[in-house]
Amino acid sequence: MTGEAWISIGLLMLVVLLLVKPVGAFLARVYEFQPLFGLDKLFGPLERGIYRLCGIRMDDEQNWKQYAAACLVFNFLGFLAVYAIQRLQGSLPLNPAGMKAVPPSLAFNTAASFITNTNWQNYAGESTMSYGTQMAALTVQNFLSAATGMAILVALIRGLVRKTTSGIGNFWVDVTRSVLYVLLPICVIFSLILVSQGVPQTLERYVHVKLVEPFVAPAVASGAASRPEAVASQTIAVGPVASQEAIKELGTNGGGFFNANSAHPFENPTGLTNFLEETAILLIPLAFCYTFGRMVGDTRQGWAILAAMVILLLAFMIPCVITEQAGNPLLAKYCNQRPTALQPGGNMEGKEARLGPVNSAIFDSTATGTSTGAVNSMLDSFTPLGGLFPLWLIQLSEVAPGGIGSGLYGMLMFVLVTVFIAGLMIGRTPEYLGKKIEAFEMKMASIAILVPPSLALLGTAVACVIAQGVAGIANPGAHGFTEILYAMTSQANNNGSAFAGLNGDTPFYNIVGGLIMLIARYWTIIPPLAIAGSLANKKIVPAGSGTLSTHTPLFVFVLLGIIVVVVALTFFPALALGPLAEQLQTFAGHF
Amino acid sequence: MASRKPLNLFQGDIFRRAVRDALIKLNPRHQIRNPVMFVVFLGAILTTALFVQSLAGHGEAPTWFIFWISVWLWFTVFFANFAEAMAEGRGKAQADTLRRARRDTPARKLSAPQRAAAATEVPASTLRKGDIILCEAGDSIPADGEVVGGVASVDESAITGESAPVIREAGGDRSSVTGGTRVLSDWLIIRVGANPGEAFLDRMIAMVEGAKRQKTPNEIALNILLAGFTIVCLLATATLLPYSIYSAAAVNAALAAAGKAMVARAVPITTLVALLVCLIPTTIGGLLSAIGIAGMDRMIQANVIATSGRAVEAAGDVDVLLLDKTGTITLGNRQAVAFHPAPGVAERDLADAAQLSSLADETPEGRSIVVLAKNKYGMRQRDIDDLGARFVPFTAQTRMSGVDLPGRPIRKGADSAVEKYVCALGGSFPPAVRSKADEISRQGSTPLLVAQGPAVLGTIELKDIVKGGIRERFAELRAMGIKTVMVTGDNPLTAAAIAAEAGVDDFLAQATPETKLKLIRDYQQHGQLVAMTGDGTNDAPALAQADVAVAMNTGTQAAKEAGNMVDLDSNPTKLIEVVETGKQLLMTRGALTTFSIANDVSKYFAIIPVMFASTYPALTRLNIMDLNPQTAVLSAVIFNALIIIALIPVALRGVRYRPRPAHELLWNNILIYGVGGLLAPFIGIKLIDLLLNIRF
Repeated sequence: MTGEAWISIGLLMLVVLLLVKPVGAFLARVYEFQPLFGLDKLFGPLERGIYRLCGIRMDDEQNWKQYAAACLVFNFLGFLAVYAIQRLQGSLPLNPAGMKAVPPSLAFNTAASFITNTNWQNYAGESTMSYGTQMAALTVQNFLSAATGMAILVALIRGLVRKTTSGIGNFWVDVTRSVLYVLLPICVIFSLILVSQGVPQTLERYVHVKLVEPFVAPAVASGAASRPEAVASQTIAVGPVASQEAIKELGTNGGGFFNANSAHPFENPTGLTNFLEETAILLIPLAFCYTFGRMVGDTRQGWAILAAMVILLLAFMIPCVITEQAGNPLLAKYCNQRPTALQPGGNMEGKEARLGPVNSAIFDSTATGTSTGAVNSMLDSFTPLGGLFPLWLIQLSEVAPGGIGSGLYGMLMFVLVTVFIAGLMIGRTPEYLGKKIEAFEMKMASIAILVPPSLALLGTAVACVIAQGVAGIANPGAHGFTEILYAMTSQANNNGSAFAGLNGDTPFYNIVGGLIMLIARYWTIIPPLAIAGSLANKKIVPAGSGTLSTHTPLFVFVLLGIIVVVVALTFFPALALGPLAEQLQTFAGHF
Repeated sequence: MASRKPLNLFQGDIFRRAVRDALIKLNPRHQIRNPVMFVVFLGAILTTALFVQSLAGHGEAPTWFIFWISVWLWFTVFFANFAEAMAEGRGKAQADTLRRARRDTPARKLSAPQRAAAATEVPASTLRKGDIILCEAGDSIPADGEVVGGVASVDESAITGESAPVIREAGGDRSSVTGGTRVLSDWLIIRVGANPGEAFLDRMIAMVEGAKRQKTPNEIALNILLAGFTIVCLLATATLLPYSIYSAAAVNAALAAAGKAMVARAVPITTLVALLVCLIPTTIGGLLSAIGIAGMDRMIQANVIATSGRAVEAAGDVDVLLLDKTGTITLGNRQAVAFHPAPGVAERDLADAAQLSSLADETPEGRSIVVLAKNKYGMRQRDIDDLGARFVPFTAQTRMSGVDLPGRPIRKGADSAVEKYVCALGGSFPPAVRSKADEISRQGSTPLLVAQGPAVLGTIELKDIVKGGIRERFAELRAMGIKTVMVTGDNPLTAAAIAAEAGVDDFLAQATPETKLKLIRDYQQHGQLVAMTGDGTNDAPALAQADVAVAMNTGTQAAKEAGNMVDLDSNPTKLIEVVETGKQLLMTRGALTTFSIANDVSKYFAIIPVMFASTYPALTRLNIMDLNPQTAVLSAVIFNALIIIALIPVALRGVRYRPRPAHELLWNNILIYGVGGLLAPFIGIKLIDLLLNIRF
């Protein structure tokens, strides 16, 4: 790895980790209803107005079932809205490009994708969605799905903190406060910075320009009607990009305004925006660790989990950077892939020249580690091993550090399992933060941990034996298998990033994928809420020298071991048939 | 039964019985109770079917391969059954012994609780709660009950293993009798306290036999976790079939395009089953119920009968131990340690008077005074009759005892009683003696005053003797995070002094049943689990409230029913062992779960590289153990089966337990069972593979 790579990773981690404490502390104030440095004065009337309008009472505590029901109803309404707007966009305003209605199966997939914070895209934004759809349907859900994840996490934390009560907070209040006090203010600032770097923010129609150098496009290989064609003009898609871009990263959503996502110069024009987008992606998922520590009254607990998350992320990000920087071994004898003053070196296929392999690998690892579907380079063109690490990061069930809210509540499920096993080893029935972990918690944690890998494995299994599944792949053999595995894994973990190379806009992939995203999201939301409800009812056992410390390096080590063995290695056989086989063949000299 | 023997795992008869039971347990209805092993069971059936199919000439893999995989899968199931049967074996043997004590003896039923009442002979099995029966010397007591009349010595060795007879009498804390014990002398009138089938002996048999064993809460939770893990593994292996069908087809297409032979084949189902069995947590799955049974059994070895496995588990969680001072922290009785003469009295004279007054006093305190005087001044024991003395026993009225020598009445007793005595005789009570007595009280000892006629001679200091080593024991408990609380009827001053000497964390002085109950509730309010021992009827409410309540076998029926364990040795110190056994049980579960999960890493590396070899030969580069591709899968399956056998001793004996703080325990167990579990199969599978290839 080059010095530049170390600096890039080091700087990113440094900036994010410096922000963890202030942002995390602020988040804790938001959910504990403490003063917010004037922000509450600014938005307070709006917040209270919303409650009055919707008939919400701030002090109305919900039990876990009511909380879950509120979450499901809220998200279902969001689903209906996104579906309807897509289907009706032809007759809705803000459609300068005259986009037609989105086909039903694609609209279903997209609606499922955006309400679940997955942001899997079987469409190209600039040629499918009107400005109105992008703003009113997709960007709105970018905020609301993120806020949903934040609310669920806060409810789980309350379950750990409270004793002998059934209330775990109020979903409506938690969502409203997440949007008003956290997501909206940061996004406004972040959008303005993006605009300053050249990201468009306009409702004007697409720009048509005459090419300075017209050219003749070669015929498409197949199809008798296809002939070489002279190209003299180009349509440049623009739109309200900056506002969607900001929440796309901050809310770990990842659904790009353009098909090329953050590889597109209008989404991610400069090295600075690339860095800021990475920072925005990691910011809240990691800051929540500190929030967690603050709210449970022991910040060491939060730092321990943060350490586990960062170790996992770096353990996958660094090898990804190394393999991409190393380039393709088969090209070694034809060209120089080493970085020099004039070239970044490494595997440049599918990468932006302004970003280079290092920052592409860092960005894509960051995005896959956080359930952000964003990419700034094409994973399909990564070396097999280089592609393996982002894929494996998703397969960790999105806990390194995972999506906004969802990463930490997912990680806490693993913590409960670790506490259970490690707790037994010290000769006590397990407890976490003074709460006894019993059969009900284990059942729920097992479901939450079980669902994403099961869906990924089953989805892939179905896709690689039926014709509609295999038809979508662009490359045969091991690489094609990776394309399917990646698509299913990404949707089953609500990540949304695409390996590309797979044509997902078919009824099969739209419907199966949509269902997988819905099941994965809500069956990882209900169990933590159930656990929150169960834990809130329990007493808190005071800690002593006989209780398991859950903030020590040893505990972090055991936690990592459990994650690696229980989920990461589960995918090892599948990975052996995909990227591993491909890479080993590459080393052996086969294409 | 109950003499404590070192655990011999492979005692011939238990071993033979376990082998037979292990075969009986192959019944699917038994297998389905354990989700992990049920998967192995189904895998064994499936591979056996595949073997039959291959015999018919349609083998999906070489016949020898399917055969051996199938054989070792059956072994895996059998070994798990065997582990459980071994754990049950000891209990069953003990249950047989106990059953012999429960003979259907004739009972003499009385019409009224008087010896002279009319008696009818009825079979013991017809006795009901509330019936009155008479037992005379030589009779076997037919049912549990409470003595309502008579005094007798009773041989309880059938239950407790203790051969010395015990006294049972009406009223007080020695009134309970257990069915199956035998009256040695005199007679007893007993009110039957339990219907047939509900008696202590019945419960004990059910317990040791494990017949009524239900899964404990923690065991259920662990089972859920293991089942979840098994489902993940099941999906991960089952989906490999479509994956490999796709991969083989893709590779064959490429080979055909290049004009080469299409050699890629989908993975045989036998190999997938083998992979599945290796990945699911069979080690802990196979040993889980054995660990639970063995935990109960270790309690029984310690002569403690737990009424449920839940109680054993709760013992591991105990945060607070309530310990009775007398008998647990201090030796049962106070002992004389010093003579403090009154002004103008020689210490030797005091010692002489004290010894004289105690010669006929058979209480332990009295004996200790005689011994102290002998040790200090060489005063030999004198015969009280030779001296022409008359012994004055202790009465509740005088609260003094003593001796009347001719012209020399000596009395000893508490300060207030002696003061009253000397003042009545016209003597005075010297202030120096009073201040000495107060000082002794403050130090946690008891002052016993001696007077001769109207003259106070001085004070004997009686001291509670803290048991040797108990302080260290409490320090260990503290390190484990367990708080010790001494419960005593003494005044706070005395209690504080003894508490400090014994090193307990806290004490409850002037304890009454009510204050005891309140203390337990207070701790529980703060989420802590409380353990205690008790024997008297007045302990029953506290016993019922405590999370772990060990009743003494010598105690009353009420105490035994309120507690969730009965200590047959009636040794209050046993509570500490009970806690340790509970912890050891949980630790064994955790350690073997960790071991089982850590094992998986190596199995992936043993099996995956060779299972896709026909499709992607390049994957064999991952064969880091350099196993023979023909035997690698079989080696992993054999290791997986043998490790169950190898760990049976750990499951039955429990992991090594030392009282240490939590983080040290975790370190040790992670190192041994986590890191060990990671490395052991790499070595084991490699060795087995080498052995297989010597023969091949």
